[in-house]
Amino acid sequence: MRAYWELGKSSFRRHSTYRTAAVAGAFTNSVFGLIRASLLLSAITTAGGAIGGYSAMEAATYVWLGQALLAPLGLFGNAELAGRVKSGDIAVDLSRSVNLTASYWAQDLGRAAFDVLPRGLPPLIVGALVTGLAMPGTPGPYLLGFVSILAAVSLNFLGFFAINLLSFWVLEIRGFWMLYMVLMNLLSGFLVPVTWFPGWLLDFARATPFPSMLQTPVDILAGRTDGVESLAMVGVQLLWLAVLLVVVQVMVRFGSRRLVVQGG
Amino acid sequence: MASPRATSSLTSRRATSSRAGDPHAPVTNFVLLKLLVSARLRSQLAYRGSFFSDVAGQVLLGLTEFVELYAIVHNVSTFGGMTLAQTLLVFGLASVAFALGDLLLGETDSMSETIRSGKLEVLLVRPLPVLLQLATSDFQLRRVGRLIFALAALAAALLLTDVHWDPAKIALAIITPLAGAAIFCALFLGAGAMQFWILDGRQFANAFTYGGRYVASMPGAALFFPIQIFFTFVIPATLVAYAPSLVILELDGPAGIPAWTGWLGLPAAVVLSGLMLLLWRAAIKKYTGAGG
Repeated sequence: MRAYWELGKSSFRRHSTYRTAAVAGAFTNSVFGLIRASLLLSAITTAGGAIGGYSAMEAATYVWLGQALLAPLGLFGNAELAGRVKSGDIAVDLSRSVNLTASYWAQDLGRAAFDVLPRGLPPLIVGALVTGLAMPGTPGPYLLGFVSILAAVSLNFLGFFAINLLSFWVLEIRGFWMLYMVLMNLLSGFLVPVTWFPGWLLDFARATPFPSMLQTPVDILAGRTDGVESLAMVGVQLLWLAVLLVVVQVMVRFGSRRLVVQGG
Repeated sequence: MASPRATSSLTSRRATSSRAGDPHAPVTNFVLLKLLVSARLRSQLAYRGSFFSDVAGQVLLGLTEFVELYAIVHNVSTFGGMTLAQTLLVFGLASVAFALGDLLLGETDSMSETIRSGKLEVLLVRPLPVLLQLATSDFQLRRVGRLIFALAALAAALLLTDVHWDPAKIALAIITPLAGAAIFCALFLGAGAMQFWILDGRQFANAFTYGGRYVASMPGAALFFPIQIFFTFVIPATLVAYAPSLVILELDGPAGIPAWTGWLGLPAAVVLSGLMLLLWRAAIKKYTGAGG
Protein backbone atom coordinates (compact mmCIF):
# COMPACT_ATOMS: atom_id res chain seq x y z
CA MET A 1 0.00 0.00 0.00
CA ARG A 2 2.87 2.30 0.90
CA ALA A 3 4.31 1.93 -2.61
CA TYR A 4 1.07 3.07 -4.25
CA TRP A 5 0.85 6.08 -1.95
CA GLU A 6 4.39 7.07 -2.93
CA LEU A 7 3.57 6.54 -6.62
CA GLY A 8 0.53 8.77 -6.28
CA LYS A 9 2.57 11.43 -4.49
CA SER A 10 5.33 11.43 -7.08
CA SER A 11 2.74 11.65 -9.86
CA PHE A 12 1.28 14.68 -8.09
CA ARG A 13 4.75 16.28 -8.05
CA ARG A 14 5.36 15.35 -11.68
CA HIS A 15 2.21 17.11 -12.83
CA SER A 16 2.83 20.09 -10.58
CA THR A 17 5.93 20.92 -12.65
CA TYR A 18 3.87 21.59 -15.77
CA ARG A 19 2.33 24.81 -14.55
CA THR A 20 2.04 26.52 -17.91
CA ALA A 21 0.11 23.52 -19.18
CA ALA A 22 -2.26 23.80 -16.22
CA VAL A 23 -2.82 27.52 -16.85
CA ALA A 24 -3.36 26.88 -20.56
CA GLY A 25 -5.82 24.11 -19.80
CA ALA A 26 -7.75 26.25 -17.35
CA PHE A 27 -7.90 29.09 -19.89
CA THR A 28 -9.19 26.86 -22.69
CA ASN A 29 -11.72 25.15 -20.46
CA SER A 30 -13.02 28.56 -19.41
CA VAL A 31 -13.37 29.70 -23.03
CA PHE A 32 -15.23 26.50 -23.92
CA GLY A 33 -17.36 27.03 -20.82
CA LEU A 34 -18.38 30.47 -22.06
CA ILE A 35 -19.33 29.03 -25.45
CA ARG A 36 -21.21 26.04 -24.02
CA ALA A 37 -23.00 28.09 -21.36
CA SER A 38 -24.21 30.61 -23.93
CA LEU A 39 -25.50 27.89 -26.26
CA LEU A 40 -27.41 26.05 -23.52
CA LEU A 41 -28.80 29.27 -22.03
CA SER A 42 -29.95 30.47 -25.43
CA ALA A 43 -31.80 27.20 -26.04
CA ILE A 44 -33.40 27.35 -22.58
CA THR A 45 -34.53 30.93 -23.14
CA THR A 46 -36.15 29.91 -26.44
CA ALA A 47 -37.80 26.88 -24.83
CA GLY A 48 -39.15 29.17 -22.14
CA GLY A 49 -37.83 28.00 -18.79
CA ALA A 50 -36.22 24.57 -18.71
CA ILE A 51 -35.01 21.71 -20.92
CA GLY A 52 -34.53 18.15 -19.71
CA GLY A 53 -35.10 19.26 -16.12
CA TYR A 54 -32.45 22.00 -16.23
CA SER A 55 -33.41 25.63 -15.60
CA ALA A 56 -31.12 28.37 -16.92
CA MET A 57 -29.14 28.63 -13.68
CA GLU A 58 -28.90 24.86 -13.30
CA ALA A 59 -27.69 24.44 -16.87
CA ALA A 60 -25.05 27.14 -16.36
CA THR A 61 -23.90 25.42 -13.16
CA TYR A 62 -23.82 22.13 -15.03
CA VAL A 63 -21.57 23.60 -17.72
CA TRP A 64 -19.13 25.23 -15.29
CA LEU A 65 -18.85 22.22 -13.00
CA GLY A 66 -18.31 20.07 -16.07
CA GLN A 67 -15.57 22.35 -17.41
CA ALA A 68 -13.95 22.44 -13.97
CA LEU A 69 -14.00 18.66 -13.51
CA LEU A 70 -13.08 17.78 -17.09
CA ALA A 71 -9.32 17.70 -16.47
CA PRO A 72 -9.32 16.30 -12.90
CA LEU A 73 -11.69 13.49 -13.89
CA GLY A 74 -9.27 12.59 -16.67
CA LEU A 75 -11.64 12.79 -19.64
CA PHE A 76 -8.74 13.29 -22.02
CA GLY A 77 -7.02 10.09 -20.96
CA ASN A 78 -3.41 9.25 -21.67
CA ALA A 79 -1.84 6.67 -23.91
CA GLU A 80 1.28 6.13 -21.82
CA LEU A 81 0.81 2.40 -21.37
CA ALA A 82 0.22 1.78 -25.07
CA GLY A 83 3.39 3.74 -25.80
CA ARG A 84 5.32 1.56 -23.35
CA VAL A 85 3.99 -1.60 -24.99
CA LYS A 86 5.18 -0.27 -28.32
CA SER A 87 8.63 0.67 -27.03
CA GLY A 88 8.99 -2.49 -24.93
CA ASP A 89 9.27 -0.57 -21.66
CA ILE A 90 6.23 -2.49 -20.51
CA ALA A 91 8.64 -5.33 -19.67
CA VAL A 92 10.06 -3.13 -16.91
CA ASP A 93 6.57 -2.38 -15.62
CA LEU A 94 5.63 -6.05 -15.53
CA SER A 95 8.78 -7.07 -13.68
CA ARG A 96 8.12 -4.61 -10.87
CA SER A 97 6.80 -5.95 -7.59
CA VAL A 98 3.66 -3.85 -7.79
CA ASN A 99 0.36 -4.62 -9.50
CA LEU A 100 0.33 -3.10 -13.00
CA THR A 101 -3.21 -1.73 -12.85
CA ALA A 102 -2.92 -0.47 -9.28
CA SER A 103 0.36 1.35 -9.93
CA TYR A 104 -1.07 3.24 -12.91
CA TRP A 105 -4.29 3.85 -10.99
CA ALA A 106 -2.37 5.37 -8.07
CA GLN A 107 -0.47 7.62 -10.46
CA ASP A 108 -3.71 8.76 -12.08
CA LEU A 109 -5.20 9.62 -8.69
CA GLY A 110 -2.08 11.67 -7.95
CA ARG A 111 -2.54 13.51 -11.23
CA ALA A 112 -6.20 14.16 -10.46
CA ALA A 113 -5.31 15.49 -7.01
CA PHE A 114 -3.02 18.07 -8.57
CA ASP A 115 -5.34 18.99 -11.45
CA VAL A 116 -8.34 19.71 -9.26
CA LEU A 117 -7.28 23.17 -8.06
CA PRO A 118 -5.29 24.85 -10.88
CA ARG A 119 -7.52 23.46 -13.63
CA GLY A 120 -10.79 23.31 -11.74
CA LEU A 121 -10.97 26.61 -9.90
CA PRO A 122 -10.55 29.09 -12.82
CA PRO A 123 -13.59 27.88 -14.81
CA LEU A 124 -15.69 28.01 -11.62
CA ILE A 125 -14.56 31.58 -10.90
CA VAL A 126 -15.31 32.65 -14.48
CA GLY A 127 -18.68 30.93 -14.21
CA ALA A 128 -19.53 32.57 -10.90
CA LEU A 129 -18.72 35.98 -12.40
CA VAL A 130 -20.42 35.55 -15.77
CA THR A 131 -23.58 33.52 -15.16
CA GLY A 132 -23.52 32.78 -11.44
CA LEU A 133 -23.55 29.29 -9.95
CA ALA A 134 -26.36 27.50 -8.12
CA MET A 135 -24.49 25.48 -5.52
CA PRO A 136 -26.15 23.65 -2.60
CA GLY A 137 -25.92 25.15 0.87
CA THR A 138 -25.72 21.89 2.82
CA PRO A 139 -22.58 19.74 3.26
CA GLY A 140 -24.26 16.50 2.07
CA PRO A 141 -23.88 16.99 -1.71
CA TYR A 142 -20.21 17.97 -1.29
CA LEU A 143 -19.36 14.88 0.77
CA LEU A 144 -21.16 12.52 -1.57
CA GLY A 145 -19.82 14.54 -4.51
CA PHE A 146 -16.29 13.87 -3.31
CA VAL A 147 -16.93 10.12 -3.26
CA SER A 148 -18.57 10.36 -6.67
CA ILE A 149 -15.58 12.29 -8.07
CA LEU A 150 -13.19 9.62 -6.78
CA ALA A 151 -15.33 6.95 -8.42
CA ALA A 152 -15.50 8.91 -11.68
CA VAL A 153 -11.72 9.46 -11.79
CA SER A 154 -11.29 5.73 -11.30
CA LEU A 155 -13.89 4.89 -13.97
CA ASN A 156 -12.25 7.19 -16.49
CA PHE A 157 -8.87 5.73 -15.63
CA LEU A 158 -10.08 2.15 -16.05
CA GLY A 159 -11.89 2.94 -19.31
CA PHE A 160 -8.80 4.43 -20.91
CA PHE A 161 -6.59 1.76 -19.35
CA ALA A 162 -8.69 -0.93 -21.04
CA ILE A 163 -8.22 0.83 -24.39
CA ASN A 164 -4.47 1.05 -23.71
CA LEU A 165 -4.38 -2.65 -22.87
CA LEU A 166 -5.71 -3.45 -26.35
CA SER A 167 -2.16 -2.74 -27.47
CA PHE A 168 -1.26 -6.21 -26.17
CA TRP A 169 -3.33 -7.57 -29.06
CA VAL A 170 -3.22 -4.96 -31.81
CA LEU A 171 -0.34 -2.90 -33.17
CA GLU A 172 -2.19 0.38 -33.34
CA ILE A 173 -4.91 1.40 -30.88
CA ARG A 174 -5.67 4.75 -32.53
CA GLY A 175 -8.94 3.59 -34.08
CA PHE A 176 -10.24 2.14 -30.79
CA TRP A 177 -9.04 5.22 -28.93
CA MET A 178 -10.97 7.50 -31.23
CA LEU A 179 -14.10 5.40 -31.10
CA TYR A 180 -13.94 5.43 -27.30
CA MET A 181 -13.36 9.19 -27.14
CA VAL A 182 -16.23 9.90 -29.50
CA LEU A 183 -18.70 7.72 -27.59
CA MET A 184 -17.49 8.90 -24.18
CA ASN A 185 -17.66 12.60 -25.09
CA LEU A 186 -21.20 12.22 -26.29
CA LEU A 187 -22.63 9.79 -23.74
CA SER A 188 -20.91 11.08 -20.58
CA GLY A 189 -22.99 14.25 -20.77
CA PHE A 190 -19.90 16.34 -21.42
CA LEU A 191 -21.36 18.14 -24.42
CA VAL A 192 -24.98 18.46 -23.25
CA PRO A 193 -26.70 16.81 -20.27
CA VAL A 194 -27.86 13.33 -21.30
CA THR A 195 -31.43 14.21 -20.28
CA TRP A 196 -31.46 16.61 -23.26
CA PHE A 197 -31.03 13.68 -25.65
CA PRO A 198 -33.93 12.26 -27.63
CA GLY A 199 -35.41 9.24 -25.80
CA TRP A 200 -33.65 6.46 -27.73
CA LEU A 201 -30.23 8.03 -27.19
CA LEU A 202 -30.93 8.65 -23.51
CA ASP A 203 -31.78 4.96 -23.02
CA PHE A 204 -28.62 3.97 -24.82
CA ALA A 205 -26.48 6.34 -22.74
CA ARG A 206 -27.94 5.01 -19.49
CA ALA A 207 -27.01 1.45 -20.45
CA THR A 208 -23.31 2.46 -20.59
CA PRO A 209 -20.84 3.47 -17.86
CA PHE A 210 -20.26 6.85 -19.53
CA PRO A 211 -22.79 9.02 -17.63
CA SER A 212 -21.15 7.77 -14.39
CA MET A 213 -17.89 9.27 -15.62
CA LEU A 214 -19.02 12.91 -15.68
CA GLN A 215 -22.70 13.66 -15.39
CA THR A 216 -23.16 11.78 -12.09
CA PRO A 217 -20.54 13.70 -10.03
CA VAL A 218 -21.63 17.00 -11.60
CA ASP A 219 -25.32 16.43 -10.78
CA ILE A 220 -24.53 15.27 -7.24
CA LEU A 221 -22.22 18.23 -6.56
CA ALA A 222 -24.79 20.68 -7.90
CA GLY A 223 -27.34 19.19 -5.48
CA ARG A 224 -29.77 18.28 -8.26
CA THR A 225 -30.58 14.94 -6.64
CA ASP A 226 -31.71 14.26 -3.10
CA GLY A 227 -29.79 12.05 -0.66
CA VAL A 228 -31.31 8.69 -1.59
CA GLU A 229 -31.13 9.34 -5.31
CA SER A 230 -27.51 10.48 -5.02
CA LEU A 231 -26.61 7.36 -3.07
CA ALA A 232 -28.22 5.22 -5.76
CA MET A 233 -26.19 7.04 -8.43
CA VAL A 234 -22.96 6.45 -6.52
CA GLY A 235 -24.06 2.81 -6.23
CA VAL A 236 -24.32 2.62 -10.02
CA GLN A 237 -20.85 4.13 -10.28
CA LEU A 238 -19.42 1.51 -7.93
CA LEU A 239 -21.15 -1.23 -9.89
CA TRP A 240 -19.51 -0.03 -13.10
CA LEU A 241 -16.24 0.27 -11.23
CA ALA A 242 -16.44 -3.42 -10.31
CA VAL A 243 -17.31 -4.38 -13.90
CA LEU A 244 -14.46 -2.39 -15.44
CA LEU A 245 -12.03 -3.64 -12.82
CA VAL A 246 -12.82 -7.22 -13.74
CA VAL A 247 -12.52 -6.43 -17.47
CA VAL A 248 -9.15 -4.76 -16.95
CA GLN A 249 -7.81 -7.56 -14.74
CA VAL A 250 -8.85 -10.19 -17.27
CA MET A 251 -7.22 -8.16 -20.04
CA VAL A 252 -3.96 -7.79 -18.08
CA ARG A 253 -3.92 -11.49 -17.31
CA PHE A 254 -4.48 -12.75 -20.82
CA GLY A 255 -2.77 -9.88 -22.57
CA SER A 256 0.50 -10.19 -20.71
CA ARG A 257 0.68 -13.84 -21.78
CA ARG A 258 0.45 -12.77 -25.40
CA LEU A 259 2.93 -9.97 -25.05
CA VAL A 260 6.14 -10.29 -27.01
CA VAL A 261 8.90 -7.87 -26.11
CA GLN A 262 11.73 -7.84 -28.58
CA GLY A 263 15.21 -7.63 -27.12
CA GLY A 264 15.44 -5.57 -23.95
CA MET B 1 26.29 18.58 -50.49
CA ALA B 2 23.58 16.04 -50.65
CA SER B 3 20.62 18.23 -51.35
CA PRO B 4 21.20 19.27 -55.01
CA ARG B 5 21.95 15.69 -55.94
CA ALA B 6 18.77 14.48 -54.31
CA THR B 7 16.83 17.12 -56.17
CA SER B 8 18.30 16.23 -59.53
CA SER B 9 17.61 12.54 -59.08
CA LEU B 10 14.02 13.44 -58.38
CA THR B 11 13.95 15.44 -61.59
CA SER B 12 15.24 12.58 -63.65
CA ARG B 13 12.82 10.13 -62.13
CA ARG B 14 9.93 12.38 -62.93
CA ALA B 15 11.29 13.01 -66.38
CA THR B 16 11.24 9.33 -67.20
CA SER B 17 7.77 8.85 -65.87
CA SER B 18 5.20 11.49 -66.60
CA ARG B 19 6.96 14.47 -68.08
CA ALA B 20 9.22 12.79 -70.58
CA GLY B 21 8.99 15.73 -72.95
CA ASP B 22 10.69 18.14 -70.58
CA PRO B 23 13.69 16.54 -68.86
CA HIS B 24 15.10 19.83 -67.59
CA ALA B 25 11.95 21.15 -65.98
CA PRO B 26 12.81 22.62 -62.58
CA VAL B 27 11.63 20.71 -59.56
CA THR B 28 9.20 23.13 -58.06
CA ASN B 29 7.76 22.82 -54.58
CA PHE B 30 4.52 21.89 -56.26
CA VAL B 31 6.04 18.87 -57.97
CA LEU B 32 7.64 17.79 -54.70
CA LEU B 33 4.39 18.29 -52.89
CA LYS B 34 2.62 16.02 -55.32
CA LEU B 35 5.35 13.44 -54.99
CA LEU B 36 5.36 13.52 -51.19
CA VAL B 37 1.60 13.46 -50.82
CA SER B 38 1.12 10.61 -53.28
CA ALA B 39 3.83 8.62 -51.47
CA ARG B 40 2.00 9.21 -48.18
CA LEU B 41 -1.29 8.20 -49.67
CA ARG B 42 0.08 4.98 -51.09
CA SER B 43 1.58 4.02 -47.76
CA GLN B 44 -1.69 4.70 -45.94
CA LEU B 45 -3.70 2.71 -48.44
CA ALA B 46 -1.35 -0.24 -48.05
CA TYR B 47 -3.16 -1.37 -44.89
CA ARG B 48 -6.71 -1.47 -46.19
CA GLY B 49 -8.47 -2.71 -43.08
CA SER B 50 -6.85 -0.21 -40.78
CA PHE B 51 -7.44 2.57 -43.29
CA PHE B 52 -11.14 1.94 -43.72
CA SER B 53 -11.75 1.59 -39.98
CA ASP B 54 -9.99 4.93 -39.53
CA VAL B 55 -12.17 6.55 -42.19
CA ALA B 56 -15.26 5.07 -40.55
CA GLY B 57 -14.07 6.50 -37.23
CA GLN B 58 -13.76 9.94 -38.77
CA VAL B 59 -17.26 9.69 -40.22
CA LEU B 60 -18.50 8.73 -36.77
CA LEU B 61 -16.70 11.71 -35.29
CA GLY B 62 -18.54 14.01 -37.68
CA LEU B 63 -21.80 12.26 -36.87
CA THR B 64 -21.43 12.77 -33.10
CA GLU B 65 -20.62 16.43 -33.70
CA PHE B 66 -23.95 16.64 -35.41
CA VAL B 67 -25.76 14.68 -32.69
CA GLU B 68 -24.31 17.20 -30.23
CA LEU B 69 -26.03 20.00 -32.13
CA TYR B 70 -29.18 17.93 -32.64
CA ALA B 71 -29.40 17.17 -28.91
CA ILE B 72 -29.87 20.89 -28.33
CA VAL B 73 -31.99 21.79 -31.35
CA HIS B 74 -34.58 18.99 -31.08
CA ASN B 75 -35.71 20.52 -27.76
CA VAL B 76 -36.61 23.89 -29.30
CA SER B 77 -38.44 25.16 -32.38
CA THR B 78 -35.60 27.50 -33.36
CA PHE B 79 -32.06 27.68 -32.03
CA GLY B 80 -30.45 31.11 -32.23
CA GLY B 81 -33.22 32.10 -34.65
CA MET B 82 -32.61 29.13 -36.96
CA THR B 83 -34.60 26.01 -37.75
CA LEU B 84 -32.97 22.58 -37.65
CA ALA B 85 -32.36 22.62 -41.42
CA GLN B 86 -30.82 26.09 -41.21
CA THR B 87 -28.49 25.07 -38.37
CA LEU B 88 -27.55 22.09 -40.52
CA LEU B 89 -26.40 24.51 -43.23
CA VAL B 90 -24.16 26.31 -40.72
CA PHE B 91 -22.91 22.96 -39.43
CA GLY B 92 -22.24 21.65 -42.95
CA LEU B 93 -20.35 24.73 -44.13
CA ALA B 94 -18.28 24.84 -40.95
CA SER B 95 -17.52 21.11 -41.09
CA VAL B 96 -16.35 21.24 -44.70
CA ALA B 97 -14.11 24.20 -43.89
CA PHE B 98 -12.69 22.58 -40.77
CA ALA B 99 -12.16 19.21 -42.45
CA LEU B 100 -10.16 20.91 -45.24
CA GLY B 101 -8.14 23.02 -42.82
CA ASP B 102 -7.44 20.03 -40.59
CA LEU B 103 -6.42 17.93 -43.58
CA LEU B 104 -3.89 20.54 -44.70
CA LEU B 105 -2.46 21.98 -41.49
CA GLY B 106 -3.96 20.06 -38.58
CA GLU B 107 -0.44 18.79 -37.95
CA THR B 108 0.78 22.14 -36.57
CA ASP B 109 -1.52 21.57 -33.61
CA SER B 110 1.10 19.26 -32.11
CA MET B 111 4.02 21.59 -32.87
CA SER B 112 5.31 21.46 -29.29
CA GLU B 113 5.77 17.71 -29.71
CA THR B 114 7.66 18.27 -32.97
CA ILE B 115 9.89 20.84 -31.27
CA ARG B 116 10.46 18.84 -28.10
CA SER B 117 11.31 15.59 -29.86
CA GLY B 118 13.82 17.34 -32.14
CA LYS B 119 11.89 16.50 -35.30
CA LEU B 120 11.83 20.18 -36.21
CA GLU B 121 15.62 20.20 -36.66
CA VAL B 122 15.28 17.42 -39.20
CA LEU B 123 12.72 19.47 -41.09
CA LEU B 124 14.86 22.63 -40.92
CA VAL B 125 17.93 21.10 -42.54
CA ARG B 126 16.01 19.90 -45.57
CA PRO B 127 15.86 22.23 -48.59
CA LEU B 128 12.07 22.61 -48.45
CA PRO B 129 9.84 25.07 -46.62
CA VAL B 130 9.07 23.69 -43.15
CA LEU B 131 5.40 24.39 -43.61
CA LEU B 132 5.25 22.32 -46.78
CA GLN B 133 6.92 19.42 -45.00
CA LEU B 134 4.55 19.67 -42.06
CA ALA B 135 1.54 19.69 -44.35
CA THR B 136 2.74 16.55 -46.09
CA SER B 137 4.45 14.78 -43.18
CA ASP B 138 1.18 13.61 -41.76
CA PHE B 139 -1.20 14.05 -44.65
CA GLN B 140 -3.84 11.78 -43.20
CA LEU B 141 -6.16 10.51 -45.85
CA ARG B 142 -8.40 9.12 -43.11
CA ARG B 143 -9.31 12.72 -42.33
CA VAL B 144 -11.10 12.55 -45.67
CA GLY B 145 -13.77 10.59 -43.76
CA ARG B 146 -14.57 13.76 -41.89
CA LEU B 147 -14.77 15.68 -45.17
CA ILE B 148 -17.11 13.09 -46.69
CA PHE B 149 -19.49 13.40 -43.76
CA ALA B 150 -19.25 17.19 -43.85
CA LEU B 151 -20.08 17.27 -47.57
CA ALA B 152 -23.05 14.95 -46.99
CA ALA B 153 -24.32 17.24 -44.20
CA LEU B 154 -23.91 20.26 -46.46
CA ALA B 155 -25.74 18.57 -49.32
CA ALA B 156 -28.58 17.58 -47.00
CA ALA B 157 -28.80 21.14 -45.67
CA LEU B 158 -28.98 22.59 -49.19
CA LEU B 159 -31.80 20.18 -50.04
CA LEU B 160 -33.73 20.88 -46.84
CA THR B 161 -33.48 24.67 -46.78
CA ASP B 162 -35.48 26.86 -49.07
CA VAL B 163 -32.94 29.18 -50.68
CA HIS B 164 -33.77 31.73 -53.38
CA TRP B 165 -30.55 31.41 -55.32
CA ASP B 166 -29.10 34.33 -57.25
CA PRO B 167 -25.58 34.71 -58.73
CA ALA B 168 -24.27 36.55 -55.67
CA LYS B 169 -25.47 33.80 -53.31
CA ILE B 170 -24.08 31.07 -55.53
CA ALA B 171 -20.72 32.83 -55.54
CA LEU B 172 -20.86 33.19 -51.76
CA ALA B 173 -21.77 29.52 -51.31
CA ILE B 174 -18.72 28.51 -53.36
CA ILE B 175 -16.30 30.95 -51.73
CA THR B 176 -17.43 30.24 -48.17
CA PRO B 177 -16.03 26.72 -47.60
CA LEU B 178 -12.73 27.72 -49.22
CA ALA B 179 -12.40 30.93 -47.23
CA GLY B 180 -13.40 28.97 -44.13
CA ALA B 181 -10.71 26.37 -44.84
CA ALA B 182 -8.18 29.20 -45.18
CA ILE B 183 -9.33 30.67 -41.86
CA PHE B 184 -8.86 27.31 -40.10
CA CYS B 185 -5.47 26.83 -41.80
CA ALA B 186 -4.46 30.25 -40.49
CA LEU B 187 -5.70 29.40 -36.99
CA PHE B 188 -3.76 26.12 -37.01
CA LEU B 189 -0.70 27.99 -38.25
CA GLY B 190 -1.04 30.53 -35.45
CA ALA B 191 -1.51 27.69 -32.96
CA GLY B 192 1.69 26.06 -34.20
CA ALA B 193 3.65 29.32 -34.14
CA MET B 194 2.47 30.13 -30.62
CA GLN B 195 3.94 26.90 -29.31
CA PHE B 196 7.46 28.13 -30.13
CA TRP B 197 7.03 30.64 -27.32
CA ILE B 198 4.84 28.68 -24.95
CA LEU B 199 6.02 25.11 -25.26
CA ASP B 200 3.56 23.75 -22.69
CA GLY B 201 0.76 25.96 -23.92
CA ARG B 202 -0.68 23.77 -26.61
CA GLN B 203 -4.05 23.95 -24.91
CA PHE B 204 -4.09 27.75 -25.18
CA ALA B 205 -4.26 27.37 -28.92
CA ASN B 206 -7.04 24.81 -28.67
CA ALA B 207 -9.33 27.56 -27.40
CA PHE B 208 -9.01 29.19 -30.82
CA THR B 209 -8.65 26.21 -33.18
CA TYR B 210 -11.13 23.72 -31.68
CA GLY B 211 -13.01 26.49 -29.90
CA GLY B 212 -13.23 28.17 -33.31
CA ARG B 213 -14.58 25.00 -34.86
CA TYR B 214 -17.18 24.71 -32.12
CA VAL B 215 -18.32 28.31 -32.53
CA ALA B 216 -18.25 28.11 -36.32
CA SER B 217 -20.66 25.17 -36.44
CA MET B 218 -23.26 26.75 -34.14
CA PRO B 219 -25.76 29.57 -34.79
CA GLY B 220 -23.85 32.68 -33.70
CA ALA B 221 -26.96 34.39 -32.36
CA ALA B 222 -27.04 31.80 -29.55
CA LEU B 223 -23.74 33.14 -28.14
CA PHE B 224 -23.27 35.80 -25.46
CA PHE B 225 -22.77 39.22 -27.07
CA PRO B 226 -19.06 39.62 -26.13
CA ILE B 227 -18.37 36.10 -27.44
CA GLN B 228 -20.10 37.05 -30.70
CA ILE B 229 -17.85 40.07 -31.08
CA PHE B 230 -14.69 38.17 -30.16
CA PHE B 231 -15.33 35.20 -32.44
CA THR B 232 -16.33 37.47 -35.33
CA PHE B 233 -13.89 40.37 -35.29
CA VAL B 234 -10.87 38.92 -33.43
CA ILE B 235 -11.02 35.19 -34.25
CA PRO B 236 -13.25 35.16 -37.35
CA ALA B 237 -14.99 31.86 -36.52
CA THR B 238 -18.56 32.97 -37.15
CA LEU B 239 -17.47 34.28 -40.57
CA VAL B 240 -16.67 30.68 -41.55
CA ALA B 241 -20.28 29.54 -41.80
CA TYR B 242 -22.83 31.39 -39.72
CA ALA B 243 -22.48 34.87 -41.20
CA PRO B 244 -22.51 33.66 -44.85
CA SER B 245 -25.51 31.47 -43.99
CA LEU B 246 -27.36 34.59 -42.85
CA VAL B 247 -26.85 36.08 -46.31
CA ILE B 248 -27.76 32.86 -48.13
CA LEU B 249 -30.89 32.33 -46.01
CA GLU B 250 -31.79 36.05 -45.96
CA LEU B 251 -31.90 36.19 -42.16
CA ASP B 252 -31.07 39.07 -39.84
CA GLY B 253 -28.05 38.57 -37.66
CA PRO B 254 -27.73 39.35 -33.94
CA ALA B 255 -26.21 42.62 -32.73
CA GLY B 256 -22.66 41.25 -32.70
CA ILE B 257 -22.83 39.55 -36.11
CA PRO B 258 -24.85 41.72 -38.51
CA ALA B 259 -25.79 40.06 -41.81
CA TRP B 260 -23.35 42.15 -43.84
CA THR B 261 -20.47 40.33 -42.14
CA GLY B 262 -21.47 37.39 -44.36
CA TRP B 263 -19.27 38.88 -47.05
CA LEU B 264 -16.25 39.30 -44.76
CA GLY B 265 -15.15 35.64 -44.85
CA LEU B 266 -12.73 35.95 -47.74
CA PRO B 267 -11.11 39.26 -46.67
CA ALA B 268 -10.79 37.92 -43.13
CA ALA B 269 -9.17 34.74 -44.46
CA VAL B 270 -6.64 36.78 -46.47
CA VAL B 271 -5.77 39.12 -43.59
CA LEU B 272 -5.58 36.36 -40.98
CA SER B 273 -3.47 34.10 -43.22
CA GLY B 274 -1.06 36.97 -43.86
CA LEU B 275 -0.73 37.76 -40.17
CA MET B 276 -0.29 34.14 -39.17
CA LEU B 277 2.32 33.55 -41.88
CA LEU B 278 4.28 36.50 -40.47
CA LEU B 279 3.93 35.03 -36.98
CA TRP B 280 5.06 31.64 -38.28
CA ARG B 281 8.16 33.20 -39.88
CA ALA B 282 9.00 34.97 -36.65
CA ALA B 283 8.52 31.69 -34.80
CA ILE B 284 10.88 29.76 -37.10
CA LYS B 285 13.46 32.57 -36.78
CA LYS B 286 13.06 32.53 -33.03
CA TYR B 287 13.64 28.78 -32.79
CA THR B 288 16.77 27.83 -30.90
CA GLY B 289 17.91 24.26 -31.28
CA ALA B 290 18.89 22.24 -28.26
CA GLY B 291 21.90 20.87 -30.08
CA GLY B 292 20.00 17.89 -31.44
